[in-house]
Amino acid sequence: MFFDSAIAESIPRFFTPVLLAAIGSALCERAGVFNIALEGMMLIGAFAAVVGCYYAGDWTGGLGLAVLAGMATGLVFAFFGVHRGGDDIIVSIGLNVLAVGLTAFLLRGLFGVQGQFDDPRIVEIPKVDLGTIADIPVLGSLVSGQSILVWFAVIMVFATHYFLKYHKAGLRLRAVGQNASALRSVGISPQWVKTGALVACGILCALGGAQLSISNVTLFTEGMSAGRGWIALVIVMMCGARLPWIFPAAILFGLVDALGFRIQGLGLPQQFTEALPYVLAIVVLIAAFSRRAKQQH
Amino acid sequence: MIRSQRNAVLVPLLVIGAGILILLALPQTRDVVVGFVNGAFGGRNNFNFFSTLSRYSIILGMAMAVLVSFRAGLLNIGGEGQLVLGGLTAAIVGVYLPGPPLLVAVAAVLAAMTAGASWAVLAGVLDRVAKVPLLIGSLLLNYPAHFIASYFVSHPLRDVASGATQSHKIMSEARLPRFPGTILDYGILLIGATAILIILLERTSVFGYRVRMQGYSFGFARTSGYPTGKLYYRTLMISGAIAGMTGYTAVFGLNQRYIDGMLTIPLYAWTGVAAVLLAAIIPWVTPITAFFFAMLATGAVGMERSADIPREMGQIVQAVIVLYLAGVSGKILSSNVGKDH
Repeated sequence: MFFDSAIAESIPRFFTPVLLAAIGSALCERAGVFNIALEGMMLIGAFAAVVGCYYAGDWTGGLGLAVLAGMATGLVFAFFGVHRGGDDIIVSIGLNVLAVGLTAFLLRGLFGVQGQFDDPRIVEIPKVDLGTIADIPVLGSLVSGQSILVWFAVIMVFATHYFLKYHKAGLRLRAVGQNASALRSVGISPQWVKTGALVACGILCALGGAQLSISNVTLFTEGMSAGRGWIALVIVMMCGARLPWIFPAAILFGLVDALGFRIQGLGLPQQFTEALPYVLAIVVLIAAFSRRAKQQH
Repeated sequence: MIRSQRNAVLVPLLVIGAGILILLALPQTRDVVVGFVNGAFGGRNNFNFFSTLSRYSIILGMAMAVLVSFRAGLLNIGGEGQLVLGGLTAAIVGVYLPGPPLLVAVAAVLAAMTAGASWAVLAGVLDRVAKVPLLIGSLLLNYPAHFIASYFVSHPLRDVASGATQSHKIMSEARLPRFPGTILDYGILLIGATAILIILLERTSVFGYRVRMQGYSFGFARTSGYPTGKLYYRTLMISGAIAGMTGYTAVFGLNQRYIDGMLTIPLYAWTGVAAVLLAAIIPWVTPITAFFFAMLATGAVGMERSADIPREMGQIVQAVIVLYLAGVSGKILSSNVGKDH
């Protein structure tokens, strides 16, 4: 069968990194920061997760270091982009190049290898087994036996939606994006709100990277984020940073990734299936933006 | 320059200068510096200097491509895709087109420029017609370009006899000749001439003036009756064509064939962007900053050989410079880019 439990099982693995990055990106977008450094933030997170796992000998070390690294990346962006008034695009380009260089540099500095690092000490993060639900065909493999990060991502969709809509801090964050000076007039620093959004985005992207490096596989490859950060950005752009739409959009891209693997099994060259998400992204953007442009006229 | 701005540049320079002097007193750092300088300029028969120059020619080409579009206020960061497709097209022509070498070479340049220009214009059409922002459209197009090229060199074009994922070699008479006794090819003359032409055009021609004004203020350009639509597409075409030509020089000169990842892994396109940003989008400064980054990369390789410091240090320094610059000069790009259209 073309659509079977193997595909169902792989969809959440594929959509989780993109979804986590997209939630982070939506926070930045709402706070009025144009963050296109998602790719670099994910790569740094993926690397930190592997390093943490290796030295702590435990997955908690991996997630812990990924969170710290994500925070640090967010702070670097905030320092140059928000507090020093740098252009968001330039800062992002700098961070993306930095991530490529820094991970390759540390890969050789710490482990003396080039390209790829794997080691038995890098352990996989645990999976959530749902008992009897796992026995339901297709649906069971879709929801059971997924990593804790998959569930964290799903919960974060709802939590972030609630946060932005009802929580005081969430309202402030949205206010910064809409009218920063109004917020300053009531005594809240837009700069620090933006910093908060960037740090949260850094952490979420880093966890997305961790899903790539210590859940989907247990190794680090140079450049393993492989454009997923850009896909996350596309999702946020086409949904206008509205969380209820981000979730299904991320699932769609996860599905395309999973189907791509299956089509590859049928003999189509790997390069075609790998290009699929980007082609889909362009098509979806054309649809979303040309419709929006028509509505404005 | 305002005094605070001048201080922002001078103070760190002095601190770095003092730091370097102190570090130079240590023997280990002396090794590193000697390794760096030797890696960028030395070697037997100045080998390393020539490899700096051949890297420079590609970075300069990409920087000029980026410069043209940034100058017009167009955020075309799809240089990588345009470069890759230019290189691939040149390789296809070079391997398959029968005929006299000169014809093959000319056909390859033209085909590479057309491929690069079309890919850039495609991003432009996405922006103008389908309203997908140029920044995102041009960037996303990098990926399909990369996969198309990767497919071609791993299947139809692949030189099966060699183990690597690469095309056959270009017919030897059609290759860009090398300067005798060096690895440097004539491609640098082509790129250098293009760079000079662009710098002169920007300063002296009506077209260059209009492009510059459109970059400063799109609204001003339109109100003054400039053909903004035509300017938009022409600038993108020129930008893409330069990137495509750069791909041609890499395939016909530097590598003499297309190797999977040869144009993407060294981050040529991003280095070009960094060089333009470091030059604050000023045309005549760009060749200097591009040389600086080329030197940084080959010097880092030398440092790796002599002092065992991974060569990615070069990329890290490059990224830190870009980040620092963004912080110091604030909104170079946003003040130059007409965001109002």
